[in-house]
Amino acid sequence: MAFTLYSLIQTAILCINAVAVLHEERFLSKFGWGVDQGVGGFGDDPGVKAQILTLIRSVRTVMRVPLIIVNAACIVLLLLFG
Amino acid sequence: MDLPHQGYRATKPRARAAPPTADSVLFDDTSSAAPAMNSQGYYTPGYNMAGPSNDMQGGAGPNNLFADPMANAAMMYGSSLANQGKDIVNKEISRFMSINKLKYFFAVDTRYVMKKLMILMFPYTHQDWEVRYHRDTPLTPRQDVNAPDLYIPTMAFITYILLAGMALGIQKRFSPEVLGLCASTALVWVIIEVLVMLLSLYLLTVHSDLSTFDLIAYSGYKYVGMIFTVLCGLLFGSDGYYVGLAWSSCALMFFIVRSLKMKIIPSLSTDTMGTGSSTKPQFRLYITVVTAVFQPIIIYWLTSHLVR
Repeated sequence: MAFTLYSLIQTAILCINAVAVLHEERFLSKFGWGVDQGVGGFGDDPGVKAQILTLIRSVRTVMRVPLIIVNAACIVLLLLFG
Repeated sequence: MDLPHQGYRATKPRARAAPPTADSVLFDDTSSAAPAMNSQGYYTPGYNMAGPSNDMQGGAGPNNLFADPMANAAMMYGSSLANQGKDIVNKEISRFMSINKLKYFFAVDTRYVMKKLMILMFPYTHQDWEVRYHRDTPLTPRQDVNAPDLYIPTMAFITYILLAGMALGIQKRFSPEVLGLCASTALVWVIIEVLVMLLSLYLLTVHSDLSTFDLIAYSGYKYVGMIFTVLCGLLFGSDGYYVGLAWSSCALMFFIVRSLKMKIIPSLSTDTMGTGSSTKPQFRLYITVVTAVFQPIIIYWLTSHLVR
């Protein structure tokens, strides 16, 4: 398994895209992972599920605009250079 | 995540020794004294020998490099522009990572490197694994042998790449692309390991004071084991390779477990969060053990193709 830096960038873009397409209402609520179902405990140590939900929501909020730019650039580059 | 840090660190045991402030021991700048004397010694004979001809050129002082005032002004303008550019670059870089924090990891000296390499290869006799603090800031690696540093991992990584090239050359399988591939593979594995560690520490809400650079440092210590293993394999053949692999795996696992245990698993007496965290303490043990077990796997993976 020889990794190049290019494959690392590809993996990162694909993973962040995968996290970004998880829609709150249509998909996550069906599993009990929606916005309102995450905040349970008020102590300073939320459980694993709350942490994962917070992570998903923050990645979607932060990376929405940069992902548009990066994906557009990737599409153009792959069309030009194969 | 800052408040729990303060509460956690305030109850750590303090070292007896009182070292000087961290700022002054980061860098001893010995370069300022020497050149001043050199330049003075250099300029005066030049003045004496070119004395009569200098008087003809617009009354320029004896210490000017250029007699032409225009070139002098241009040089000063250029240097001020370069200083501005340097300030802008520093400001931009310091928005992403703090340079001072990085300087802490490179403040090492020869004695520290020697002792650390000994501990990495033979950690069984080392008694005290606690990282010492000085008024809430960790001591630099020069003063505390338990502090993580980034010098050894960087040098070991570069040495590993060179050694891999040499091993492949001995087997007549060398080409320059293979060197770059080896380097980027090892780098990607380090990045993956650091990301998985950060993710697991975040998800299990382990409030430790392990920063990203600390994790990169602990993850980079395995290169020392890899170099030792590859050397054994090259010198003593396939049997030597497996003996070296076993030895460095055991030593590295012991080292990682003892070092990370201090940071990830807090003792019950210093836990100031009331009823304790909701994370069961066995999860923290699992993280430490999985990290330790991952090291020999990756050492074998990255070095077995070098020694046939």
